[in-house]
Amino acid sequence: MAPEFVVGAFKSESAIVAAAGKLRAQGRAIHDAYTPFPVHGLDEAMGLQRSILPYFCFAFGLSGLATALGFQLWSTVVYWPMNIGGKSFSAVPALIPIGFELTVLFAALGSVATLFALRGLSPMKTVDFSEFGSLNDRFVLVLRAKPGEASQLSRDLSSLGADKVQEVSAR
Amino acid sequence: MSHSAVSPLRVPLVDGGKDLARVSEDVCSPIEHGPTWMWYAAFALSSTVLAIGFFLVSDQIWTGIGTWGLNKSVGWAFDITNFVFWVGIGHAGTLISAILFLFRQRWRTAVNRSAEAMTLFAVMCAGVFPLIHMGRPWLAYWVFPYPNNMGPLWPNFRSPLLWDVFAISTYFTVSATFWYMGLLPDLALVAERARGLRRKLFRALSMGWDGSMRTWNHYEVLYLLLAALATPLVLSVHTIVSFDFATSILPGWHTTLFPPYFVDGAIFSGFAMVLTLMIIARKVMNFEDYITLRHIDAMCKITLATGLILELAYATEMFLAWYGANPYERFVFMNRLFGPMRWCYYTMLFCNVVAPQVLWFKRVRATPWLVFIVSILINVGMWLERFNIIAISLHRDFLPSSWVSYHPTYIEIGTLCGSFGLFFTAFLLFCRFLPMIAISEVKGVLGYARRTGEAVHGA
Repeated sequence: MAPEFVVGAFKSESAIVAAAGKLRAQGRAIHDAYTPFPVHGLDEAMGLQRSILPYFCFAFGLSGLATALGFQLWSTVVYWPMNIGGKSFSAVPALIPIGFELTVLFAALGSVATLFALRGLSPMKTVDFSEFGSLNDRFVLVLRAKPGEASQLSRDLSSLGADKVQEVSAR
Repeated sequence: MSHSAVSPLRVPLVDGGKDLARVSEDVCSPIEHGPTWMWYAAFALSSTVLAIGFFLVSDQIWTGIGTWGLNKSVGWAFDITNFVFWVGIGHAGTLISAILFLFRQRWRTAVNRSAEAMTLFAVMCAGVFPLIHMGRPWLAYWVFPYPNNMGPLWPNFRSPLLWDVFAISTYFTVSATFWYMGLLPDLALVAERARGLRRKLFRALSMGWDGSMRTWNHYEVLYLLLAALATPLVLSVHTIVSFDFATSILPGWHTTLFPPYFVDGAIFSGFAMVLTLMIIARKVMNFEDYITLRHIDAMCKITLATGLILELAYATEMFLAWYGANPYERFVFMNRLFGPMRWCYYTMLFCNVVAPQVLWFKRVRATPWLVFIVSILINVGMWLERFNIIAISLHRDFLPSSWVSYHPTYIEIGTLCGSFGLFFTAFLLFCRFLPMIAISEVKGVLGYARRTGEAVHGA
C-alpha cells in the first residue's frame, strides 16, 4: 500500500516554522504539525484560522447569566415570594453575585467542552505520530502524500532541515 | 512572542543550560522513580495529623458542635476563621496562574502548576469548615436549589452565605478545570514515557493529547479565556466571603472597606504559603534550576507589595473607626488595642506589618531560609487577622451584660491542625503522582533571554 503521510521531525522551532512557510509557499497543504509546546508563528505558517472559541465562551457565559437571573427572579418573585426584612422581591443587586458566578462557571466549562468537541479529545482517542518525539523534544511536520508523491516530499523535507524523515502508511 | 525577540540582556528563566529533553527528564523523574525518605517522612507526619483531624471531625459530627468553645455571644470563632484563612490561601494560586498570565509574567511557568494545586487543596480545606458548622452535614445539599418536596422551597438568594456557596463551588470547579487543562500536555508526556497500566491510565487522563498544532491553536485561546475568567472570579470569591461580615450590622464587621481588604489579604497570605511550599519543594524535589532564587525574589516583591496595601487597610480601618465617630465602632477598635485579647492584635501587627518589611532588602530575598521564616510569620499573622475580625468583634457586643470571653477547645485546635494535615497530605500526593512543574510551559520559555532558539533546542 502506498504511503499516505510523510513525516519530518525537526530539532528546533525556527526550523519547523521556516519549513512550514516554504512548503505552503510551494502550494503544499500541511496535514498537521505536532509540537511539545505551542510554537508561535507556526499557526500562521500553516495557515490556521483564529480559534472560534471566544464566541462559544461568550454564548455560554450569557446562558449562565440568563439561567442565574432567570431562576432567581422566578423563584423569589413568581413562585414563592418571601418577605425578608421588607425588601423588594425583585431587588436585582442581590441577584448579581450568583449571576456573576454562574456566568463564569458556564463560560469556563462550556469553552472546555467546546475544545474537546472540536478536536475530538476523549479518553478513548488514539495518539498518532508521538513516536517521533513530538511530546518530548521534536517538532514534527506531517504532510499528506498523493500516490507517487511520497519520495519527492521526503526529499523536500530533508532539504528543509528535518533530521528524520519517514513515510507512514494510513492509520 | 517569538523567543528571539526577547532581549538577550534579560536573565534566563531556567538555569543550568537545559534543553527540551532535559526538562522532560528532570520533571518526570521524581514521579517515575520512587519517592525519597524525606517524602515518606513528610507523608507519615501529615497523614497522621490528617487522621487525628478526621477522628476529631467525626466526634464533632457525632456529638454536635457543642464540642466547640462557642457561646451565646461568640457564635463564630475558630471554624469560620479557618474557613476564611484557607480560602485566602487559595487566592495566590489563581493570581499566579491567571493574573500573572494576563500580565505576561513568564516566570510564572515554573510555579503555576504547584500553586494551582495548592489552591485546590486550600479550597478543599476551606470547604470542610462550613460543612461541619452546619451541624448536620448530611443535609448539606439543602444549600443548593434542587427540586424538592418542601414546596418546593428554594434557598434565600439574597443571603451572602448562599452567595458564598456559589462562589466557592464555582471557584473550585473553575480552578480545577484550569489546572486540568494545563496538565493535559504533561499527562500525555508522562503516558508516552510510561509502560503498561500507567501508560493506559495517563493516556486516558490526557484525553489522547498529541500536541497537534491544530489543537494548540484552540488551546492557547482557551487558556487565555480561562485566565480572563478566573481573574474576576478570584476577586469575586473573597469579596463575597467579606460580604458574610460586611453586610451585617456588627461593629468591626460592618464596613465597606472589607472587599478590597479581604482580597488583598488573601493574596498576601496565599503568597506566603506559596513561598513556604516552594522553598521546601525546590530543595526536596531538586528543582532549584527551575524554581530559582529569582522566582523567590519576584514572589517576595509581590508579598511585600500586597503587605503594604494591607497595612494601608489596617490604618484606614483604624482611622475611620475614630473619624466615623460611631461609639460602638470606636469601642471595637479600642477593645482590639487594649482589650483582654489584645495580644492577638499585637502579634498580628508584628507578623503582618513589621516582619514583611525585611523583604525590602535584596539580601533577605536571596536567602531562602530567611524568606521561609517570614512566610511562616505571615501565615500566622493572617490567621490571627481573621480571628481578630471574627471572634474579637463578637466577644464584647452592644450589651455589657452579654460580654464573654472565648476559649477554643482541643477539638477546635485539633481540627485546625487536621486541616493542615489534609492540605499537606494532598500536596505530597500531588508531588508524587503528577508533574509538579508545567513541562510544556517551561519548554516554551526555555529560549527566553538566550540569543537564539537554535542553541536551546539542539539535542
